[in-house]
Amino acid sequence: MGEFKVHRVRFFEYLPSAIRALAFNKDSERMAVARTDGAVEIFNFSDNYFQEKVIPGKDSRAAETLCWLHHRLFAAGLNGEITEYDLENLKPRSSVETFGGPVWTIGCNRQGTMLAAGCENGTVKIFEVQEEKIQLQRSLERQKGRILSLSWHPSGAQLAAGTMDMIRIFDVQTGCATHRLLVDRGVGTCRNREVVVWSVLFLSDRTVISGDSAGKVQIWDGATGTLIRTHLVTKWDVLALAVSQDESSVIAGTSEGTVVQFQFLPSTMGQQEKEWVRTRTFKNHSHDVRALIHTDTAVVSGGMDTQLVVRPLLDKVEKNTQESSMRKILFPHKPLVDCAHRAGLLLFQFTDHLELWRLGESEGQGKPGESLPVKKKPEKLIHLKKKGDDHICSSALSSCGGWLVFSTICSVRLYRVQLSNNTVSLTKVSKLPRILCWAHQLCFSADSSRLFAAGARSSVHVFSLSQSECKHIHTLRPKSGSRQPLHLLCVSQDGHWLAAANTDCEVTVYDLKTMKLHCTVPVYSSCPTAMAFHPVYNNLLMTHADQQLSEFSVQQRSYTEWSRALHRRGLHPLWLKRDTPVTHITFNPTNPAHILLHDTYMFCIIDQTLPLPDEKSVLFNQMMLRSLPESERMRHSHAFKICKNFQNILCFDLLEDQSLVVVERPLLDIMSQLPAPVRQKKFAT
Amino acid sequence: MVGHGEIRVVHRGGSKLHFRAPTISADSCFLACASGDCVKVFSTSTEECIHHLRGHTDLVTGTLLRPSNHLQLYSCSLDGTIRLWDFTDGILIKTFVVNLPIYSMVASAKHEGVVFVVTPTHELFQLVAVQLPPSPQQQGEVLDLSAVIDDVSSNPAATAFGREGEFIASVKGSRLEVYFFRKEKSFSLKENNEKNKKNTFTCVACHPKDDCIATGHEDGKIRLWRNLNQKKEYTYLTLHWHHAAVSSLCFTPQGTNLLSGGVESVLVQWRYKQENQKDFLPRLGGAITHISVSPDGVLFCTSHSDNKITVIKNNVKVSAVIQGLVKGERVRTDLLVDPRSKVLVLNGRPGHLQFYSLQRDKLLYNLDIVQQEFIHEDGLQQFEVVHAAFNSSGNWLATVEERQQKSADVELHLKLWAFQEQTQSSWFFWQFHPDWAPHEAQVTALSFCPSADHQTTMLVSTSKDGHFKAWAAAPDAHAANADAPDHTEGPSWSCDFVGTYHGLVPERCCFSADGSLLAVSFQKVVTLWNPNSWELVTTLSQPPGTIRHLCFGRLSCSKYLLGTTSENLLCCWNLLTCTLEWSTAVETTLLLDDPRSENVAAFSFQEGNTDLFVFKPNEPRPLFSHKAVCSGRVARAVFAPREELLEACEESSQWLNLSQLYFLTPHMDLMTFTTKVEEERLMASSKPLVINDSVAETPFSLLLGKHRRQHENEERVLSGSLLQTPAHVLPSTSFLCSMFVQSLLVSVTDSRSEEMASDNEEEDSEEEMEPSSRSERAPPPTDSTAAATAVAAPALTKAELRELKRVRRLDLSWLSGVCS
Repeated sequence: MGEFKVHRVRFFEYLPSAIRALAFNKDSERMAVARTDGAVEIFNFSDNYFQEKVIPGKDSRAAETLCWLHHRLFAAGLNGEITEYDLENLKPRSSVETFGGPVWTIGCNRQGTMLAAGCENGTVKIFEVQEEKIQLQRSLERQKGRILSLSWHPSGAQLAAGTMDMIRIFDVQTGCATHRLLVDRGVGTCRNREVVVWSVLFLSDRTVISGDSAGKVQIWDGATGTLIRTHLVTKWDVLALAVSQDESSVIAGTSEGTVVQFQFLPSTMGQQEKEWVRTRTFKNHSHDVRALIHTDTAVVSGGMDTQLVVRPLLDKVEKNTQESSMRKILFPHKPLVDCAHRAGLLLFQFTDHLELWRLGESEGQGKPGESLPVKKKPEKLIHLKKKGDDHICSSALSSCGGWLVFSTICSVRLYRVQLSNNTVSLTKVSKLPRILCWAHQLCFSADSSRLFAAGARSSVHVFSLSQSECKHIHTLRPKSGSRQPLHLLCVSQDGHWLAAANTDCEVTVYDLKTMKLHCTVPVYSSCPTAMAFHPVYNNLLMTHADQQLSEFSVQQRSYTEWSRALHRRGLHPLWLKRDTPVTHITFNPTNPAHILLHDTYMFCIIDQTLPLPDEKSVLFNQMMLRSLPESERMRHSHAFKICKNFQNILCFDLLEDQSLVVVERPLLDIMSQLPAPVRQKKFAT
Repeated sequence: MVGHGEIRVVHRGGSKLHFRAPTISADSCFLACASGDCVKVFSTSTEECIHHLRGHTDLVTGTLLRPSNHLQLYSCSLDGTIRLWDFTDGILIKTFVVNLPIYSMVASAKHEGVVFVVTPTHELFQLVAVQLPPSPQQQGEVLDLSAVIDDVSSNPAATAFGREGEFIASVKGSRLEVYFFRKEKSFSLKENNEKNKKNTFTCVACHPKDDCIATGHEDGKIRLWRNLNQKKEYTYLTLHWHHAAVSSLCFTPQGTNLLSGGVESVLVQWRYKQENQKDFLPRLGGAITHISVSPDGVLFCTSHSDNKITVIKNNVKVSAVIQGLVKGERVRTDLLVDPRSKVLVLNGRPGHLQFYSLQRDKLLYNLDIVQQEFIHEDGLQQFEVVHAAFNSSGNWLATVEERQQKSADVELHLKLWAFQEQTQSSWFFWQFHPDWAPHEAQVTALSFCPSADHQTTMLVSTSKDGHFKAWAAAPDAHAANADAPDHTEGPSWSCDFVGTYHGLVPERCCFSADGSLLAVSFQKVVTLWNPNSWELVTTLSQPPGTIRHLCFGRLSCSKYLLGTTSENLLCCWNLLTCTLEWSTAVETTLLLDDPRSENVAAFSFQEGNTDLFVFKPNEPRPLFSHKAVCSGRVARAVFAPREELLEACEESSQWLNLSQLYFLTPHMDLMTFTTKVEEERLMASSKPLVINDSVAETPFSLLLGKHRRQHENEERVLSGSLLQTPAHVLPSTSFLCSMFVQSLLVSVTDSRSEEMASDNEEEDSEEEMEPSSRSERAPPPTDSTAAATAVAAPALTKAELRELKRVRRLDLSWLSGVCS
């Protein structure tokens, strides 16, 4: 595997923002996640929970609530607008003002014809869903106090809305409230504080379930408006509720970070009479659980601690499969760090600014595992703030370190970076071609003479860079005419080939000499998560969301022999069991047989010359190999050399001087920057 | 039991009460509890043991109310029988012979005539359904056995019946198995024990109305499992309060509460379906081992590891404590008999001495010697009482407690306790500052001088520091009565003499019966001292081997000194000639003299068993010998003086006439020797104790019953209630005396004068009682006013008068009924 000098970088102060809302689309198995910074992320649950798309946020617009309507995604927030997102171009498509003040909640009926919005001024506004837009149809009877939660009855004729101190049931036809369910306040000092109904569910048997700020989950008979049962779940708030598709299970998220499950069970076997019984408790969060989704097999929860947790229900899945293990999605599935190999620079992408750092230097020699004395400390060269409200969606740094580019959804900025000894100068390239107005993905060629930008409909714009000029040369379009956005771009080392992958799992290879489409890689069912051209053989190496690896020979337009062998033999089960995708691939120029790749919890060097491991061999065998004598080692070693010394890796790259850069973001550092969680009594404290 | 058919070794008292969960009768009046080879029936209100249900020949492993008749009780035992008892009368009704050792037993009302027992088969335990034959004979052979679940736990808490006997749940290790009787299928699930999760099941309980199974776990969690049918859709709720393993779980009969207990000795009550509301009943004593609830849900019983059953009334109040002999891991002190009350004294709870009545088989009280909080944690070195001694009159108690920290330092306290004669109740700490160490190293022996006069009380302690010290109470003006209320007046103890002998370590010390000689053994040498002048009188030695035990002969043999050595010699010296009288080679583990006779008992260890020899020092032939009284070494034994002398004519059993020999086996069982005569007497005395006050008597039933039963019945009730009722709730003796005397007289109803006399007395006494008891007598006022008017009216026939008086007498006896 070899020895490397490692730059262990921990100064990337990346802080993911808290999860505010979740919405799950059962038909496409996509889940939308709204974060407090306004970003909306789309995860594909059928493809190993891969984060397909990220719609960048905006300063003034933060989604408070999300709602899928067939394949359309709506969001509303405290700016009082309902926004529909364009999932192909990853930006808002249209916005409608509700005229009711901040919108706390939206929900559409099961038929998909109406959208209801609960507003600050106490009205529930009903919108009619039309082909291209939504139109205000009517307002339901106005109430005192803001509408914080609402839920449609599956028939679409009734609607339950949670407000301060009460829940109201509306008849949508007449617009009148038919029932008023008064919610008890908390005991003690909270007696004189209004109780907030944070979440409400309206089930098809007209049962209403509510979660409130007094820590209660209450079950009401919606037909008569009477309370059936109260479950005191927590001392703090119950913030979110979700129900399973078959309405046999309800989950409630609390401020303590717990998720409590309730199930609709008969008290004795074979009896028809059922009741809601509190059952399991999951504790996977340290902070408030703000949003919950109950899929058929799992509980998905997110909250203030910024993690998205997928907790499978063990009675619904097969044991000891990939599905039965719990997942925590901590970091975005696309790289936020760009590394200039030649110049030893790192570019960190934040939502509102970019940071350019120069790596430090060390001296002396040490034994493996030791830390070397630092001669020169790492240095922050540039702190570049975005202009305008929109957040940065992509950025790139050329490998010579001379060019820097970033894009928001409405503008692209290109800078020339000049570093001389101690001075840093940044000059903005003023005249950009008009076609370069936004890009999902940006990429420089290895010799920094070209800039590639991913545009609409999977197209790639090619620009040539000279001293202070940027010229549009060509636009490459795929043959398939896919409307999906590109999420990966890569250029070969010699500048001959360009590969582009979109979320339809299509990977297209273009010949940059002729500016023509060269070939398309056979479509694999799982989305590529990272890809790179081999610097010597120009083979395209791809990793997929289902942890598969493949190597595609561009010249022969077919998978290589190694890739076929790998597919025949199959990957090691432990490799397939990893729950974070590979986000970056690089190669070792001095040893062309080595492939370096990483996910959040490990990095791996794949030696293509060594035999592949079979199912019975030990995958993580580095420690074992070290203990063996030299002669024995060869017999036991296999192609996958995995190192778990580094955790929570955001970036892993090899510099030109054969030193590794590992950017870590320890979870404890993120935790320490989060607000304090609610106080909980711990045993023996 | 070879050759001595009439003398048997028997378990006597102090057997475990917490071995199995107690069973409470349907009316909550009685509590049946497996205790050694018998089942004890206690009254839940008075804590008294009412019956010993004897019959099993091995350990009783379970008790159970017969589901079809709540006045009958099943018990099962390792001897392979199930017995059916009428526990209110203490009568054995039937015996079912299963011929397999039974470890636990469950039954349900739905399965009539079937009990489910856990028996071993090929190293595993199996749950077997036993069809009890309905034959009318006393003894029935059980033939119909069918296995229900293989591989179950032998712990009775690990098996429970579900709602209406529909299913049975059993846990073992990390597996929960449920057998459905209707489908005749079982369902099992396994907890994953990965990552050092202590998920192992410890106990199980089923909700009486819902299909809900509660399981307790090693890590202190309780899980409520629901939806356990054939499909894999089970679900559970986790409750967590206990920090260590949950040892017992129990639902209340209505299913409204779940009770759980563990080593914390806190009874936790969880509200069913509102599990975050819970109530605690803390500080119950030792670790909770079992919980049971009465069928009406009024009483809870918790068994504790310190051999105690606590009865809890109305969910909140401890109403009674049934305490057995507390057994720690070992007894450091000798077994002692308090000369004053003739009760057994030994180590009990940590840092305590317990006073245990052998006659009544009841713990009288615990004396806190250490007076420090005991911390329930492993590996802590805490103070232990290692020596205790009474003086001959029983008004002084000396105790030594020590704490061994690390290896070298020993912390020692010598404490002297005086008996409070005024209150006749308790010992109070007399003297010696707790910081003041009597010796520099461990105390090896402690002995009071058995002087006849109370003027001088002397205590000798020997220690590994090479000294023996004599402590004397200074002959104070008030020394005669050591019960002075304030500590300043009274004898002050001080060190009288410090003796050494060539720097050797003293091991044992012993006073002669008259207190004129003190023998102290220094390794191989026995030194004899005059305690008055502290002169070294003589030395005796029988090398090689250090002296292990020493004792003086008594009465006619008082010229002999007996000793055992580590080289397995039992020596007898004649003190008059200062020569060795005789010696014999026997490995003696304990040498003990009977304070009432010349007899000396020696326990010897041979081939894994302990033999007993009883001999007189002056006679070469042993009076009695018993091979293999128990396995292992006997280290503690005591002669307890009998209250009532036994008159056995058999030569071999005469040594038991004056006092009884008790010993503790290595397994901490208290054993004794009984003779046939004694057993017969015991059987005879236990028979007539059957008094039927079991049925709750209402005033109405009494009134009616009187008409049916006539006079002698009434008298029996009166004497019965007199004997039964605790003394503190009885009316004054002067009041009862006349009634009692009258009840003994042959009633002649037509003798007018006698009737008049008794009537007068009754009238008097009634007047006495009237003001105090008016409030509690709700129905009678009409009676008494009627009587008053009747007396006032002059024109009454004799017959009417007699009738009236009869009514009045009825009234009174009912009053005594109330008292009981």
